[in-house]
Amino acid sequence: MSTLAERAVARTPRRLALRFGGMSDRAIAWLFITPSVLLLLAVNIFPLLWTIQLSFTNYRANRPNAVLRYVGLDNYRDILTDPEVWQAMQATAHFVLWSIALELILGFGLALLINRGFRGHSFWTTIILLPMMLSPAVVGNFWTFLLQPQIGLFNSGIALVTGVDPSSFQMIGDVRLAPWSIIMVDTWMWTPYVMLICLAGLRSIPDYIYEAAEVDRASPLRQFWSITLPMVMPFVMLAILFRAIENFKMFDMVNLLTSGGPGSTTEVASITLKREAFEKWRTGYSSALAIILFVTVFGAANIYVKALNRVKQR
Amino acid sequence: MIQMVRALGATAIVVASCLGSQAVAQTKQLTLCWAAWDPANALVELSKDFTAKSGVQMKYEFVPWTSYADRFLNELNSKGKLCDLIIGDSQWIGGAAENGHYVKLNDFFAKEKISMDDFMPATVVGYSQWPKNTPNYWALPAMGDAIGWTYRKDWFARPEIQAEFRKKYERDLSPPQTWDELKQIAEFFQGREIDGKKVYGAYIYTERGSEGITMGVTNALYDWGFQYDDPKKPYQMEGFVNSPDAVKGLEFYKSLYKCCTAPGMSNAYMSEGLDAFKSGQVAMQMNFFAFFPGLYKDPNVGGDKIGFFVNPKQKFHFTQLGGQGISVVSYSDHKDDALAYIKWFAQPDVQKKWWALGGYSCHKAVLNDPSFPKSAPFAADFLKSMDIVKDFWAEPAYASLLLDMQKRVHDYVVADKGTAKEALDLLVKDWQKVFKDEGKI
Amino acid sequence: MSTPITAHSVAEPSSRSKLIASFLVVTYAVITILPLLWIFLTGFKTPPDSIAYPPKVLFEPSVEGYVNLFTTRSRQTPEFLATLPPPQTWYERLVRSRNMVIGGPSKVVPRFVNSMVIGFGSTFLAVCFGTIAAYAFSRFRVPLADDLLFFILSTRMMPPIAVAIPIYLMFRHLGLTDTKLGMILLYTAVNVSLAVWLLKGFMDEIPREYEEAAMVDGYTRLQAFFKVVLPQATTGIAATAIFCLIFAWNEYAFAVLLTSGDAQTMPPFIPFIIGEGGQDWPAVAAATTIFFIPILCFTILLRRHLLRGITFGAVRK
Repeated sequence: MSTLAERAVARTPRRLALRFGGMSDRAIAWLFITPSVLLLLAVNIFPLLWTIQLSFTNYRANRPNAVLRYVGLDNYRDILTDPEVWQAMQATAHFVLWSIALELILGFGLALLINRGFRGHSFWTTIILLPMMLSPAVVGNFWTFLLQPQIGLFNSGIALVTGVDPSSFQMIGDVRLAPWSIIMVDTWMWTPYVMLICLAGLRSIPDYIYEAAEVDRASPLRQFWSITLPMVMPFVMLAILFRAIENFKMFDMVNLLTSGGPGSTTEVASITLKREAFEKWRTGYSSALAIILFVTVFGAANIYVKALNRVKQR
Repeated sequence: MIQMVRALGATAIVVASCLGSQAVAQTKQLTLCWAAWDPANALVELSKDFTAKSGVQMKYEFVPWTSYADRFLNELNSKGKLCDLIIGDSQWIGGAAENGHYVKLNDFFAKEKISMDDFMPATVVGYSQWPKNTPNYWALPAMGDAIGWTYRKDWFARPEIQAEFRKKYERDLSPPQTWDELKQIAEFFQGREIDGKKVYGAYIYTERGSEGITMGVTNALYDWGFQYDDPKKPYQMEGFVNSPDAVKGLEFYKSLYKCCTAPGMSNAYMSEGLDAFKSGQVAMQMNFFAFFPGLYKDPNVGGDKIGFFVNPKQKFHFTQLGGQGISVVSYSDHKDDALAYIKWFAQPDVQKKWWALGGYSCHKAVLNDPSFPKSAPFAADFLKSMDIVKDFWAEPAYASLLLDMQKRVHDYVVADKGTAKEALDLLVKDWQKVFKDEGKI
Repeated sequence: MSTPITAHSVAEPSSRSKLIASFLVVTYAVITILPLLWIFLTGFKTPPDSIAYPPKVLFEPSVEGYVNLFTTRSRQTPEFLATLPPPQTWYERLVRSRNMVIGGPSKVVPRFVNSMVIGFGSTFLAVCFGTIAAYAFSRFRVPLADDLLFFILSTRMMPPIAVAIPIYLMFRHLGLTDTKLGMILLYTAVNVSLAVWLLKGFMDEIPREYEEAAMVDGYTRLQAFFKVVLPQATTGIAATAIFCLIFAWNEYAFAVLLTSGDAQTMPPFIPFIIGEGGQDWPAVAAATTIFFIPILCFTILLRRHLLRGITFGAVRK
């Protein structure tokens, strides 16, 4: 690498080197930041502004030649009074809350266990990490296979353990079970993520605190409540933040696993958005929905980060 | 806003054209877009003749049914150049015509002396006209199709099963004429052990994501008396979509789903049906005629083991239309070659070979041939079905209408939400809203 | 993960508690890996075996799934097959034994190539832009730096479908729909935020004294950046690059909405590999396996930096 860099410098024409080399730090700073900012402006900010503009219109992307009409806040009003949208928000909330809860319990538990440092823990940790590296779309797709009542691995596995007939229940097709099947797959996939962050938290606790607790003869349970948990808390909250944002945006895995069904039981917000935007082509309406979703995440994340900082300062 | 995009894009286009310029085609090439299924393989075989004759290479983009509409409507709406020729679904015709995705073919037909009178009337209306029943053509009928049924002839023929059925229902076990008979037979087979395997009564469509459950449920709805709107007053849906008869039809479909389908069939469309039938899981299967040549050839359940029947009747006798016309995409850079393909495809000889290879020709030279009904075990049923077809809305807003119906029907049939009456009432409201947005009511 | 563990409790965990811990962790690991193992095995089943009821644990391995993945086939009658010349290769023989003939290669290779081109292209750009921006944020006092950094991060909070609406319209105006260039630009933009945040962390860890010493020796700021900072940041840049690559490799929502054929990548392709009837599960499993192998290698390579990558550099170890 160093030779590469040297060659790069050597190959820079002298004039150019002089011109840039003599640049002030300020100029270099701007020069270095500009490409990223420009790209983000073009691909993120400009589209965001455009979405805001579209959200006040009746535009439909499949009718480019139709008359564009400004409808004011009508789209927003329609969305906020639409029971279907609220239902989708409920489904999303159910999914986000339960998946995070399960991931936290499992992830934190695993981190505590792994932190004991038994032999071979490094190998097993790597194994546990694998699911979260996969493409959620591919995961959603093959879980439809694993969850088939008759031919799938899951029902047979449950049958083996509990003795019920594997074709007596269906995870994806049953209204009561379907929300849990997406939570289950998400938990399978992302528990390692929470585990990894919690593990970092556990390892960040300096030894001397425990030593002091030992001296005070604090019980292990008390040590856990008054040392481990508070010290790991900022890490846990960070994990919650990232998981919440990701799962609120969730589209690919759920879309391929249940495509929102049965009925609309697992239709999370992103799936509603996709149906409105790219199947019904109600671009104006869906832009408004997109803005509402974005503001929700953005606002919640901001409040949360403030809370997180307070916890950190404690 | 749009000007800004253009300005921003100018640079991008320069870069893009630099990158893309190496990819100039050496030989003439056409890309044909369709669904990934048996008939598409037959079309590949058939088109080899076109390549041999014209020197134009054919490329294909075949997409599975569940993502077919999504992918290609997205492609058309983004003015993509992927497809030169597209075999687009019958319901797309309104939108494709009004938004200029397809090339209008009237002048071309006149010039090449291709007459729509040579094609079966139901297919011309269904696949190529917009507005319906006016001489405005956007496609050449390419693939006739409708919903039909297959059944296990070998199971039906077993003496012990025959005897048991007669004892129970006091009639012979034979392909059902009415939906009530179909349900009886399905109940009879449900959970029965045949050759040491548990089998199930019937396979019906329940898919949620694209169009599956709608294509299934309409077969029952039509027969009970469901109508899309007042024949005398277009878009007047109240009392037609949610008529008491339509409610009964919907309730029937649900009862069939609950009593007589295999476990796990809560989100199933054509391909799941094929799997269920081929693996010997079900006695009867609802599916499109397009698959029947392939099923007939199947080593496990084909030949003598498979039988076919027309969609059963109830108060009325209809069946859901499938099938597609072939169109030229107006964003294509190879429109002349694409039109040459259609000209070639429309020839009676080519149409005959098309049927022989497993495609359903719509040409009268094929269908009116006296030997046609005998040319395959399902050919006569196909002719009968094409006389009684009915299609979903082909309006430009068809996708919205379809999504609403998918949701309402799936909510009721699979997710047990509300009653049939409520589902159809809500559907009327949804559809009224769509047509209001469209400015049609 | 490979760093040696220093147990933090003063009393080293007893060997019994270690045993229980290892038992629980190994149990979880085995359960969690089972689905992946099952998919891997399904790739070597025949289509009928793959959908057998009850599921087959023991089966005769076959490469039919892989053959099906790379070819398109059509079923023919025995009479028709008899008229054909005998099959030449082992895979033709295999297909012929199922009463089918090979129509041609499937789309899997071009889709895989698309994944590579778009993945590497966008990663390269994102890392280039990210490295220099991160350097600037790390070393200079940029006005509104915190706001800019937060703004860069907040671009990741938009649901991808929401971003896709205007991007779709933009690409349509620019003719970028279904082009590799369009997808590269889009993924670069998405990845730049990750790259800036991660690399800023890595840059912060390189002592300023190194460059300052170099500049005392007569290097210009730029020369110091190239000759001193970049070599020091190699590990960080490599780790960041792998994270960007994984994102581009796994991304589905944009790919499914903005590509239809020429630029389609693997994730929107794999779920729609179908056989004669429904999904050809051995072929899907084969594709999933092939798709997963690069990720597997990267995960092992990245073990030590994983944490940083997945938390946008918020947690460093």
